[in-house]
Formats: sequence, structure tokens, C-alpha cells
Amino acid sequence: MTLAADPQEHLQVSACPACVAAPSAEAIARAAAPREARLMLSIPQAHCATCISTVEEGLSALPGIRNARVNLTLKRVLVEAEPQVTAESLIPHLARLGYEAYELDAGVLSATETDRQGRELLMRMGVAGFSMMNIMLLSVAVWSGATDATRDLFHWISGMIAIPTVVFAGQPFFASAWRGLKAGRLGMDFPISLALVLASGISIYETSMSGRHAYFDAAVMLTFFLLVGRYLDHRTRAVARSAAQELAALEVPRAIRLADGAEASVMVADLRPGDLVLVRPGGRMPVDGVVVSGTSELDRSLLTGEVMPVQAGPNQIVSAGEVNLTGPLTVRVTAAGRDSSLSRMAELVAVAESARTRYTTLADRAARAYSPLVHLLSFSAFGYWMWATGGDIRFAINISAATLIITCPCALGLAVPAVVTAASGKLFRKGLLIKSGSALERLAEVDTVVFDKTGTLTMGAPEPTNLGDHGPQALALAAALAGASSHPLAQSLAAAVRAAGVAPAVLDDVTEVPGYGIEGHYQGRRVRLGRAEWVGAEAPAVTATCLGLPDGTTHAFTFADALRPGAAEVVAAVLAQGYRVKLISGDAAAPVAELAARLGIADWTAGALPQDKAAEVARLTAAGARVLMVGDGLNDTAALAAAHASVSPATALDAARVASDIVLLGRDIAPVADALRIARQATRRMRENFAISAAYNVIAVPVALVGLATPLWAAAAMSLSSITVALNAMRLR
Amino acid sequence: MEILTILIPVSLFLGGLGLFAFFWSMKNRQYEDPEGDARRILTTQWDDKPKP
Repeated sequence: MTLAADPQEHLQVSACPACVAAPSAEAIARAAAPREARLMLSIPQAHCATCISTVEEGLSALPGIRNARVNLTLKRVLVEAEPQVTAESLIPHLARLGYEAYELDAGVLSATETDRQGRELLMRMGVAGFSMMNIMLLSVAVWSGATDATRDLFHWISGMIAIPTVVFAGQPFFASAWRGLKAGRLGMDFPISLALVLASGISIYETSMSGRHAYFDAAVMLTFFLLVGRYLDHRTRAVARSAAQELAALEVPRAIRLADGAEASVMVADLRPGDLVLVRPGGRMPVDGVVVSGTSELDRSLLTGEVMPVQAGPNQIVSAGEVNLTGPLTVRVTAAGRDSSLSRMAELVAVAESARTRYTTLADRAARAYSPLVHLLSFSAFGYWMWATGGDIRFAINISAATLIITCPCALGLAVPAVVTAASGKLFRKGLLIKSGSALERLAEVDTVVFDKTGTLTMGAPEPTNLGDHGPQALALAAALAGASSHPLAQSLAAAVRAAGVAPAVLDDVTEVPGYGIEGHYQGRRVRLGRAEWVGAEAPAVTATCLGLPDGTTHAFTFADALRPGAAEVVAAVLAQGYRVKLISGDAAAPVAELAARLGIADWTAGALPQDKAAEVARLTAAGARVLMVGDGLNDTAALAAAHASVSPATALDAARVASDIVLLGRDIAPVADALRIARQATRRMRENFAISAAYNVIAVPVALVGLATPLWAAAAMSLSSITVALNAMRLR
Repeated sequence: MEILTILIPVSLFLGGLGLFAFFWSMKNRQYEDPEGDARRILTTQWDDKPKP
């Protein structure tokens, strides 16, 4: 064990040898593929040169780490390590260095690391840019008055550069236009491809006839500007992934089946109702079932939003996805795989997801109006000039090509990607990661904000509230006992006492009694920490754990769920911006009401099941509201996917993060209010950009139609409109 | 105008050189972390000898 320096792991060894000796199902699955581990962690707070060296040197000093490299642009660290090192084991080390860190999953990793498509686009963009500059050099000479042989020579050289460039760099447009054509629809890429082909073809013909105008520079410039837009668009899209797949991956792939008293590791898919399954402490329930034997406690917070673990004993019904905390449990399977509650929830998400992908973005709507109009204009120009000139095909084609080139959507292709890039860069610096291209537009339309409680507005972790009421000896004993358990209350207590500077007492034979607490001997006399009735104390009204001392006195440590930093600010800001705010939680009524009163939320619901949350979002939507869901648990996943837009913190479960449009990278939730403001501003900029490019066309198209458009005109209109649009996007603040 | 026969190849060659440099930098992943690279120059870590 390379990172056994982790204190928690060490103490577990003494407390529960069985847990360590027998690895969990997940560990078995992971051990099946031993190779070098490449881990990626997000470190949202990194911002300077010192951060780089602190993190890199701090990590490299750990055993088993081969190399660590910080990427400051993406605020990530890539760690190459021995196969047994896990990202979870690195997080506490980074916390000690002063950086909060979150594990990034393999999907995100592959999207950024092996982004072949993005690099290819960039390569094509570079080639187009190079050709554009060289051809422009020659074109300026032609425009400033080169004639006869010189002009023809320049045109030929331009053509020799332009044709291979258009063939190579224009491929994304040709391919997509061809795909669209086969599917029987005219997308934005068809007029683009047509303009590229027509411009190049006409220019070759004109050059061979020693004509005055060649549009090589326009063709290449068009390719370049459109590729810029395409690349920006690709970068936003690369991060977005499908949620349903990930949720299924959350299910434990293997489980331990008990058959005739023997343990066998089997695939969860092979389990049948009626089978007996052993779930060890720390493991996730692979199936829905009923407890047959064993006592333990279950952490259901991700499924239901309850902060406090519930006790589990025989005949207790358990659901897939719950975490077994303290003792081994034998469970009789009632539903596995496709029928389990986890799987049903995945289906809910898939349904909601597909509804969301039907959202029509501003760009889609613009493209739909634009494409037929351009073809109509260009074609009628061709028809008119054929008639007007009495059948001069060369002249008519020249005019219709010029019309196509000038109307071509350089600015239109940049209008949305430039704004999305500027806005997501801005939000990234505030600690928000945009996952979906249309998220900003949807976020801007929101009028109702629904918050989850546990893990979203609160930290989802109980914190001791009355440490000061106890003497140092009680604290030292409590810390020693608590440190031996992986129970959330115990862990939080141990950490809080350590933070208060009290050293844990030295105890003998510490054992954990599953479902009750921890027992140990101090100087030969028994001390206990756990349930009030087990310790011999009166159960307090609030969440508490009790310490029983040898002399019969008891100490109650009370706990409360701590507010997430920025929670008060975000609710106040969102209310001030005029949004409707609602709190929905799966937790009991009392803590929900208390939190709602503290934050000033009038509208709250407690005890909501996952289906209730999704149904509530659907009800609000049906009533005409556009809902922004902010949540973190598995119980929020369906609601996150069903909402018009959604945000989840980085600490949220994979499935919740994947189902949401925006991931909050830091602990602070306050940036959500900024996101709403920036999204509204960004959508306004997008509309302005469409208006700007339309305005350019209104001026340039008549000029092209009457046959006055020269290549100089085309170049000027194209670059001016593109630059205006890009600059307008930069105005975002 | 004879100067064109020299100047045009020269300009194309220089442009090609730039394109080659761009290809090289793409292949070497020079655009992965522009911000980090800008800051790394300020650290004293590899001032004495280059990173092995």
C-alpha cells in the first residue's frame, strides 16, 4: 500500500481487520487491469507560478508518483503514478498543500487529451490562415493595378495555393454538406460548400481566360473565418457528454454472491431475484433487496438527500446505490440490473435528456432562415442576368458566385461560437464549467431557480456544534474512538477535534460494533462512543453521538449540516434579480424549514422522493416556468435532466454532474448568480451579432446583385463583418 | 519587374517556413497550456540546468 500514510486507512486496519483483508467489489474490478495510472484532478484555486511549483513538487514527493504536471489554463493536474495510487488518496494531500481538488473522470480526460478532431480543425485553420496571407499579398498587388501578364501570373500563383488549401481545409464543410444532402436537408454547410466550389471553379476559368476578377482570396478567407467559428464551436462541444451512459457506469459491476456458504464474485447482471449477496462496509449496494442478516448503517444521502445515516438490520429494505457504512450485510435480491431503482432512474434521465436535445438554438433558427434565402438570391441573380444580358452565362455565373460569396455566413458562423467562448472563459475564471453549447441560451431564459438542500446549499457533511462544552479529556477520548470508524459523524468529529489541537488519547482494543458505535479501553476501563441508548445516555432531540466514560458520565456531541459558502449570497442575489426561488429536499421537514427560514426562501418542500423532484420540475415547466435546477445527489439527477438548465457542484455524484449543464468547480456556490447574469448578457450579444451580420448583408447583397461586387468588396465585407462580430463578443463582462 | 521572379519564391518560402513551424508546434503540443507556460518562466526551479 503506497499511500498508507493516509491516517484514516491506518486506523481502519486496527478497527476492522476484515474490511481491509477483503477488498470491496470495486477494488476487485479495478485490480483486474493493472497498469500505470494516469489520474487527472481539477484544482480550481490554482492561479499563479507558485501554485504550479507547490502542487507539482508536493505531489512528486509522494511515494508512487512518477510525474505530476499542472495545466494552469485548464486548472488541472495530470498525475502519472503506480497503478495502485488512486485519485481519492491524493485529494487529502492536495488539501494539506492548500488546494481543494476533485477527481476528473476518464471521459473528460479523453475529451481533452486525445482531442484529435480539435487538433485537426486547428491544423486546417493554420493552413487556411497561411494561404490567406500569401494570396492576399498577391491580391493586393492585383487590386492596386497589376495588369496583363503580371495579373495573370499572380492569379495563377494564387490558384496554385488556393485550390489545395480549399480541398484540404474545406473538408469539414464538404463532408457535412454531403451528409446533409444524403439525409435530404440543406444545412448551413451546403451554401458554404457551394460558394467554395463555385468561387474556386469560376476563378480558375477566369484566370485561364485572362479575366479581370478571380475570387481565390475570397474562397480561402471564407474557409479560414468559418474554420475559426467551427473550432470555437468544437471546443465547447468537446466537453459535453451523454449523461445516461455515465449513470449506468455508476452501478457496481461485480457483487459477492453467497451460494451454499461459499462466496463467489459475479457480475451484477448475472444476479437473479432470490440470490443472497454480501455487501461489505464501504461498498455500494449492487441491487435492490432485503437485509437477511447483519447490522450496519446505510448512507442514503445521494439517493434521498438525508444527511444522517439510517440503521439497517434484518428485514430492512435497501436500494441499489446506497453505501453500507459499518458492518457486513447479507442481502436477498429483490430486483437487479434493469429492474433496480438505480436503473429506473437512469431511464428517467435518458428520457429527460432526449427532450432537452430537441432544444433549438439561436444558431439553428438563423441557419434555417438563412439557407433557403441565400440559394434563392443567388439563383434569381443568375436567372435575371441571363435574361438581361441575353444569355451571357459567364457573366451571370460570376454574379451569382459573387452573391453567394458575399452572403456567405462568415459572421453568422462566428456569431454564436465567439460569444460562447468569451462567456465560458469568463465563467471558468469564476469557477464554473459549461458543458453544453446551448446551456447559456437556456440559462438566459430561466425564471425559476430550484435548489436542493443536502450537498448543494449545505455541505452535506455534519459538523459538530458543541465542542466547546466538553473538557479536553472527553475530547481526546472521543477523537480516539471516532478516528477508528468510517461513519460520517465519527469522521467529522475526529477531524474537528484534531483541528482544535487536541491529540487523541491512546486506547486499547478498539472495536466497532456495527449499527451502534465504537468501543475501546482507556487505562483498562471501557469507553464507548455511539448511539445514546447504547452508551447509556438520554437521546437528545437533535442529531448527536454520545460518549460514555468509565465513571458513568456521558457527553453528547451534537451535529448540524454546515451551510455551503456563498449559499446565503446566491439566494439573496437570485431573489434580488427577480427569480422565483424554491427549495426541494428529500430530508425531514424540520431541518429543511430551518434552512429555508435562514436563507429567506418562502417556498419549500421536504421529504421529496426522486420522482417527486422530477415531477415538481415538470409541473413548474408545464405551468410555463423555465426552471434552473441546482442539485448534487442521485435523487436530483432526474430533476436536473428534466429542468430547462441545471447546475451541480463538483462534489456531486458523477451522474448528477453529467446530467447537468454547468459544473461548479469550487466549494463556493455564489457564482451561480453570476452565471445567470452572464448568460443573459451573452444571449443579448448573440442576437446583436446576428443583427450585425444581417446589416452587412443588407448593404453588400444589393451591390453584388447589380454586378458591382469586386473581389476587393467581397474581402472587405467578409473580414469587416467577422471582426465586428468577434469584437462585439469580447464586450462581455 | 524581374525582381518578382526572386521575391515571389522568397515570400512563398518564408510563408512555408512559418507553416512548417506551426505544424511542428501543433505536433509538440505547444498549445496545451498557454497560461501555465507563461507563468512557469517565473519559477526558479530549472534555472541552473534544464529539466532532464
